[in-house]
Amino acid sequence: MKTYRDITGDGGSDISGQVASRAARMRERMASVANCLVVMSGKGGVGKSAVTANLAAALAMRGRKVGVLDADINGPCMARMLGVEGQALKLGAGGVTPAVGPLGMKVVSMDLLLARDAAPVEWDAPAPPQPQVWRGAIEAAALQEFFTDTVWGTLDFLLVDLPPGPERFPGLHSLLPRCDGAIAVTIPSAVAQLTVKRSIAAAHRLNVKLLGVVENMSGYLCQRCGAPQPLFRDEGDAGGQVLAASILGRIPFDPRIARCCDQGVPFVLAHRQTQAWRAFMDIAAQVGGLRVAQGDGR
Amino acid sequence: MKFLCVTCDEAMKFVEAADAARGDAFSAVFRCPRCAHRIALLANPWETQLVRSLGVAVGGRTTPHAPFELVRERLADSRLMWTEEAERRLARVPEFVRPMVRDGVERHARERGYREVTGEVMDEVRYSMGM
Repeated sequence: MKTYRDITGDGGSDISGQVASRAARMRERMASVANCLVVMSGKGGVGKSAVTANLAAALAMRGRKVGVLDADINGPCMARMLGVEGQALKLGAGGVTPAVGPLGMKVVSMDLLLARDAAPVEWDAPAPPQPQVWRGAIEAAALQEFFTDTVWGTLDFLLVDLPPGPERFPGLHSLLPRCDGAIAVTIPSAVAQLTVKRSIAAAHRLNVKLLGVVENMSGYLCQRCGAPQPLFRDEGDAGGQVLAASILGRIPFDPRIARCCDQGVPFVLAHRQTQAWRAFMDIAAQVGGLRVAQGDGR
Repeated sequence: MKFLCVTCDEAMKFVEAADAARGDAFSAVFRCPRCAHRIALLANPWETQLVRSLGVAVGGRTTPHAPFELVRERLADSRLMWTEEAERRLARVPEFVRPMVRDGVERHARERGYREVTGEVMDEVRYSMGM
């Protein structure tokens, strides 16, 4: 009797063909994106999305064409942070036109697809028991659609804001046609550094180039004397040495960053010449040195 | 998953899927190309959901992939998407009544189970209002 491997094809469904066709569409779509970079963290609450939003804006201020894909399917916030909340994604002949934020930044996020602000990300499912079994699969397929069906056009940088958790990057990496680099965001605390180390190790295992670590909330400026002060007890520890990675930059804690995120205005646009602005612009200068998209007439 | 006709030692071929897109339990019919014996695959709701979550169609695709197809079909509380043409037509409506028109068109579309707002949907609304 024949075994599974003796039979070629799958009887007519051509599942592998469907998967290959999707992969080909994604490769084609991403061909006009010069750099696809993921922004990751170990723990939640380190300000990864705020860093993504401001790095995107800083790159755009340097004249780069930037797109942001919010890969945090269950906790989307990029539309709010980049001021495109309420914009509708439009269906065109070639796919879905992303929302357009300040400086022409293109944004795709699950919160642009939800009917209401407070709507949770829930899926119609006739089989409610044990949704954890299929929920991961549907989220992965949704992310693939974001990559494949969005009309990104020519981009110098597509920043992919990952959900928190060191296991997220390996999961997403297998969906991507390519990943040109990773940026890790942490804060100067031992616990945060412990978890971001795992994300960095995952990037190394996947042979993804780690562009460096952004240390967020890296001290604060005293309101009275203007001198930098530590915000965390472990601060002063050489973060780069602990993480065995180069530090791209250190962003001082500035309450206006969070306020700007809430208001949908990138901090780097609203508060120029501040210390945090300089830190973001310096990181953008390092990241912006990567290759630029071809054929865009610049 | 593959099916083998044990009598003929022949791989069975997909014939049809019943209610492939809807319903909570998927079924598909396979046939032996040699002896024409037919069998049905009956998936439970859990298996059905897992296959649907992968974004692939058992039995092969009968329609081309639509943008954000899976997200728009499966997201429980999703916003209706508008085509560029429909948005252009909406933009011609005076700004002060535009939100009201958008709500009305979306209500019309949702009541009829449409997944997107197209120029044709806007025509329907126009005719239904006697315009």
